[in-house]
Amino acid sequence: MVEAYLRQSALAHLGLEGRGAGARGAAGVAMSERPHRGIVNLRLDPGNAEAMAALKAAFGFALPAAANTSAGNTDTIALWLGPDEWWLVVPGPEPEAGPALAEKLRAALSGHFAAVTEVGESRTCIRVAGPRARALLQKGCPLDFHPRAFVAGACAQSILAKAAVTFHLFADESAAQAGAEGPVFDVYVARSFAEYLWAWLEDAGAEYDVAVVA
Amino acid sequence: MLLIPCPYCGPRSEEEFSYGNEAHIPRPKQPDKLDDAEWAEYVFMRSNTKGVFLERWMHAQGCRRWFNVARDTVSYEILAVYEIGAPRPELELRRDV
Repeated sequence: MVEAYLRQSALAHLGLEGRGAGARGAAGVAMSERPHRGIVNLRLDPGNAEAMAALKAAFGFALPAAANTSAGNTDTIALWLGPDEWWLVVPGPEPEAGPALAEKLRAALSGHFAAVTEVGESRTCIRVAGPRARALLQKGCPLDFHPRAFVAGACAQSILAKAAVTFHLFADESAAQAGAEGPVFDVYVARSFAEYLWAWLEDAGAEYDVAVVA
Repeated sequence: MLLIPCPYCGPRSEEEFSYGNEAHIPRPKQPDKLDDAEWAEYVFMRSNTKGVFLERWMHAQGCRRWFNVARDTVSYEILAVYEIGAPRPELELRRDV
C-alpha cells in the first residue's frame, strides 16, 4: 500500500505538467510520462493449457504466444517477454492497480506452478509519439523500427541509449487520428534510468522538435 | 557487430547479448573427488578453436535466456543456434580453414 500523497512519479521533479500545457503544434515527436502503471511479471509454462485457459477466462484475452507480440484490451495489456514470461500492464494510473492485478492473477492461477511478481513501482513509462518517433528511437536502439518490421502491438526488450527498456508499439500510423499523429510507443524503463533516458530523448529529438504533452 | 538469432526472440544485435564461452562442458559429478589439476582443467581450460566453435550466449537485454551457438571463429559466421540441453548440431567440426 502506497500513501497517495507520498507517491511521486520518476520524472515528477522535471515538472512536465507545466511544460505540457502548451500546444503540440508541428513538433515531430510528442513525449509524456505515463507513471504509476500497474505491472506484474508472470512466469508460467505456456504448455500448461489449463492455466492458460484460466487466464483467458479471467482477462478476456489469451496471453500472446508469438515472440515480440502483445495482446490485451482497454483494461489490461499482456507483453511477451520470453517463452515463459509475460508482463501484464494496467495502462491507467490507478494507485492500487498493481496489487489488484497481482491478486487477480494469483486467484486465476491458484494451484498451478507459476510466479507472479509486482514490478510496476520499479518502472515508469515514457510515451514517445508522433511522425518522427520511429526515427528518434532508431538513433539509440539496434532493433528495426521500420513500419514493416515493428507493427502495431509489437513489443521487445532491448536497449535504448544503453539503458535496458521494454518497447511496446501501442498504436501505429494506421491507427492515427486525422492530423498525422504517427505511431505511439510506450517505453518502459527502470525508475533510476528515467531521468537519463528522458534527457537523452529530448536531446536526440531536438532536430525533430520535441513537444511535451500532458 | 554480430547479428545473433536468439532462438526465442529472433535476430538481435550483439549489443543485447553477453558471452558465455565454450558450451558442452559438464560439471563433474563428484567435484570433491577431483584433484587440483582436474578441477583446474574443468574451471579454466578451454579449447582455442580455429573454425567451428560451440559456445554459449545469453540474451541479457532481451529474454534473458541462455542458448548455444555454433560459430566459425575465422569468418564469425553463425552456423547454428540451438537450445541449452539440445544435442550438438551436425556440423563439420574443427575443420581446416
